[in-house]
Amino acid sequence: MKFQREAVPEWPHQVKALPGCERIFSCIQCGTCSGTCPLSIYMDFTPRRIMSLLREGFRNEALSSETIWLCASCYACTAHCPQDIHITDVMYSLKREAIKNNLYPKRFPIPVLAREFYAIVKSRGRNWETLLVLRMALRSNPFILLGMVKSGWHLLRTGRLGFSGEKIRNPKELQREITIPKEAV
Amino acid sequence: MSTTKPTQKSYLYFPGCSLRATGKAYEESMLELFQRLEVPLEELDDWNCCGATSYMAIDEDSAFMLSARNLSLAHQAGGGRDLLAPCAACYLVLRKTQDYAQKYPSIGREVADSLKTAHLPAMNSVKVRHPLEMLYNDVGVEKLRGKVARHWHGGHIACYYGCQTVRPYSEVDKAYNPTRMDELLRAVGIPTVDYSLKTKCCGGSLTGTIHDVGIRLNYVLLKEAVRKGAQAIVTICPLCQFNLDTYQSEISKQTKEHFDIPVFYLTQLLGWAVGGDVDKLGLQRGVSGRKAIKDWMMSHEGVESYV
Repeated sequence: MKFQREAVPEWPHQVKALPGCERIFSCIQCGTCSGTCPLSIYMDFTPRRIMSLLREGFRNEALSSETIWLCASCYACTAHCPQDIHITDVMYSLKREAIKNNLYPKRFPIPVLAREFYAIVKSRGRNWETLLVLRMALRSNPFILLGMVKSGWHLLRTGRLGFSGEKIRNPKELQREITIPKEAV
Repeated sequence: MSTTKPTQKSYLYFPGCSLRATGKAYEESMLELFQRLEVPLEELDDWNCCGATSYMAIDEDSAFMLSARNLSLAHQAGGGRDLLAPCAACYLVLRKTQDYAQKYPSIGREVADSLKTAHLPAMNSVKVRHPLEMLYNDVGVEKLRGKVARHWHGGHIACYYGCQTVRPYSEVDKAYNPTRMDELLRAVGIPTVDYSLKTKCCGGSLTGTIHDVGIRLNYVLLKEAVRKGAQAIVTICPLCQFNLDTYQSEISKQTKEHFDIPVFYLTQLLGWAVGGDVDKLGLQRGVSGRKAIKDWMMSHEGVESYV
């Protein structure tokens, strides 16, 4: 059961101001997003319910849900939404806010993957898949590497395992570009 | 459809990180195919990672700036050439950046400022395109049909379009029921089946993070393809190919059903059909269905001429 007093009424309005999230209040709760989402059956809240929680201001529930991490960004909901709500972008906003507030479920290595990916690309300019998988495993659960031995061997055998990651010529330039201090809005 | 094109248009090419590692076969086969079709291709110099879905999940501004740098480099490379992005994530993120920079002045300004800080020219208008759409529109079904040099004697194929290539900033094909891959393959004599899950997501990086769920999604995709009579799957995304190809033995073990079917890239099949060098199509890089690949594509070396 949810009580109105647990809600943060101004939160949905803050989210609405973010790019891609303008139309959240147009949701008619039809459930097309949940129906078209290949992952909704594995979620704790379906996308339709997340939209509902969001609009009513149940911030804690929405941000600590597993749903936002199961979202694989396939944009099916966005493409099908009859109200033209960019649900994938809403999910992205929730992910960002959850990471910022340390609210994500600890057993999911997705935020870890995202962070490691972020760091690798920032320092090299390009992703290096092998390093990414290793770093993710070390930061979350090193035992998952055991399960990867077989697929790793297949990739090695077929020459698909990258041993030397590529870099751009001047990663510093890129770091400068993506870390400009933001002016006050 | 006109088949007379005066001078062949040339393209810039944005490989993306996957095509240099797990998706090597995609790059190899694409280069071979384009060479056969006499389409000039030049790699975008010093390109950087597109940021994929992870950057969007951490910092949207940085995500847009990563793409802005690539778009700026593409503009700098000159010639008003289109930028070909074969990877689904790269294609989506590059187009999304253009879309958002235009739609939201604040993002547009931020991106412009960051480029200025890095002493890069503005990104301006570069058309980002996907090889499927480019093959369909610029090369055309008729030209491909005319170039066929090998006769297919392999199995039926399920065309799997995946998610990000067809939605929602895309011009590749219809978002709901894309058919262009089927049309191209049929034109070169490769039969396809009606595959109802063709745009259902494979889970992307979920196979590496929430493994069980990722495996389940791919099981559904494989099972449906086989049920529809397909003996192989063809994809246009390095991550789809990776998931469907490398996890088949694990899926078989978990579900007690046997899956061992090849998962191709579109460019491998087309490249093979137009007479591409079998050794340059990355066919040996497939993990599953290796026997079928050998029987269908690599054994009949004195390949019969089609015409």
